[in-house]
Amino acid sequence: MIKQRELVIVGGGPAGMAAALSAYKNGVKDILILERDEYLGGILNQCIHPGFGIDYFKEILTGPEYARRFINKLEQVPRIEVSLRSFVVDLTKDKVLTFLKPGSFNRIKAKALIMATGCREKTREMVHIPGTRPAGIFSAGLAQKMINIEGLIPGKKVVIVGSGDIGLIMARRFVLEGAQVKAVIEIQKQSQGLLRNVVQCVQDYNIPFFCQHKISKIHGNSRVEKVSVVKVDKNFKTVANTEFEIECDSILISVGLIPENELIEMAGVKIDKNTNTPVYKGLNKTSIKGLFVCGNSYKVYDIVDSVSSDSEKAGQSAAEYLKRGKK
Amino acid sequence: MNKTLTCIECPKGCILLVKIQHEKVKEISGNICSKGKAYAVSEIEHPCRMLTSTVCGKGLNLRMIPVKTNAPIPKSDIFKAMKEIKKLKIRKSVCAGDIIVRNFLGLKGINLVVARSCSRI
Ligand SMILES: Cc1cc2nc3c(=O)[nH]c(=O)nc-3n(C[C@H](O)[C@H](O)[C@H](O)COP(=O)(O)OP(=O)(O)OC[C@H]3O[C@@H](n4cnc5c(N)ncnc54)[C@H](O)[C@@H]3O)c2cc1C
Repeated sequence: MIKQRELVIVGGGPAGMAAALSAYKNGVKDILILERDEYLGGILNQCIHPGFGIDYFKEILTGPEYARRFINKLEQVPRIEVSLRSFVVDLTKDKVLTFLKPGSFNRIKAKALIMATGCREKTREMVHIPGTRPAGIFSAGLAQKMINIEGLIPGKKVVIVGSGDIGLIMARRFVLEGAQVKAVIEIQKQSQGLLRNVVQCVQDYNIPFFCQHKISKIHGNSRVEKVSVVKVDKNFKTVANTEFEIECDSILISVGLIPENELIEMAGVKIDKNTNTPVYKGLNKTSIKGLFVCGNSYKVYDIVDSVSSDSEKAGQSAAEYLKRGKK
Repeated sequence: MNKTLTCIECPKGCILLVKIQHEKVKEISGNICSKGKAYAVSEIEHPCRMLTSTVCGKGLNLRMIPVKTNAPIPKSDIFKAMKEIKKLKIRKSVCAGDIIVRNFLGLKGINLVVARSCSRI
């Protein structure tokens, strides 16, 4: 017999934590959070910069501090069970979940399910950068994890491709750690990240910022040696005779995030193939009843404060769904 | 003299129009909240930034422990601050909010504080 739980939440980032707390407040008394990492907090643990919580807590917090506020609340509710190092690998339309935990293989059935699995980063392959395939090419979030969690500096002379917030924040982080950031290269006319990050991460440290430019080639055999950069017009077509080279040992790719929704797709939820998000009317809802999605897996949010408040609504919706089932 | 600034206090990024006379701020517009006003004055008269970084942990459940200054520090001190932070090591359990260096860089009232709790293993 498969064990049944009232509400299962996949992902213990800000979205999952807010959903759990709100479901509990709205009357759900049996809640299980499955988180694959060793800690709660999700991506916030590696976001050591300030800028979180201004709307939600009316305070400026770092990522780990913002996460801590929710972890503290969770610790006060023993009815919310947190299972760490629990990696969900399969999901069916009847909300049967399979998850791996060191040393065990587990299967449970959820009456209601909230998916809060966050995003993953787009890769070099998704933006088509020609050239060789040497070592030294990282996604910006991976570099962030290496520096802020592992204490490893992935390069000394860095070129950043794309001006999303993660790339901008990493530009400053590399400079503070003693590396040289040679350039930020953005194909659009303007930065794709927040203006405040352009000011405090790029302009503050006089980092060259090339808008309407792209990398035309990556050079290097075993390790990145340099990149060719070229100007583009408003249709992203290369402008002739504008090519120049920048010597570097690493390239960070910061070209956006994609919601992580393969599990619900496996279960048969209707997904928009362009955005990788569920197609259905109403916040956090999907084409399967009682299966909700919140946080960055529902859509890419800029600000964690809105993730928390929208995810609370997911917890509420799940509670309402469970109440209706009991009648 | 007029200057436009982008407020960095929050993700809204208000564009501030600042009137400056004798290196002092005379008038500010474009801000949505009072933080924008304070930012403009500070940015023109004595630019400061919050600094966050990580300190190496030894024998702890975290390899790197995030730290922050409890208030913005002068922009010109940022690299000096990073040098000091690199010399530090944390060897005992600490809680978020604990002060690891008081009057950091000799700046009165500026403390370097832990931003994520960690424990000995
Ligand atoms: C570099 C960066 C900088 C940012 N800067 C800011 C900022 O300055 N201010 C601001 O307000 N916001 C900022 N954000 C945005 C904010 O951090 C995110 O919106 C928020 O963290 C999203 O929360 P989430 O819970 O949806 O996802 P996540 O935090 O990604 O959490 C998802 C969780 O799900 C877990 N998970 C995924 N799949 C599985 C599975 N199959 N089984 C079990 N567990 C699973 C993951 O391990 C993770 O813990 C930033 C984001 C990034 C990446």
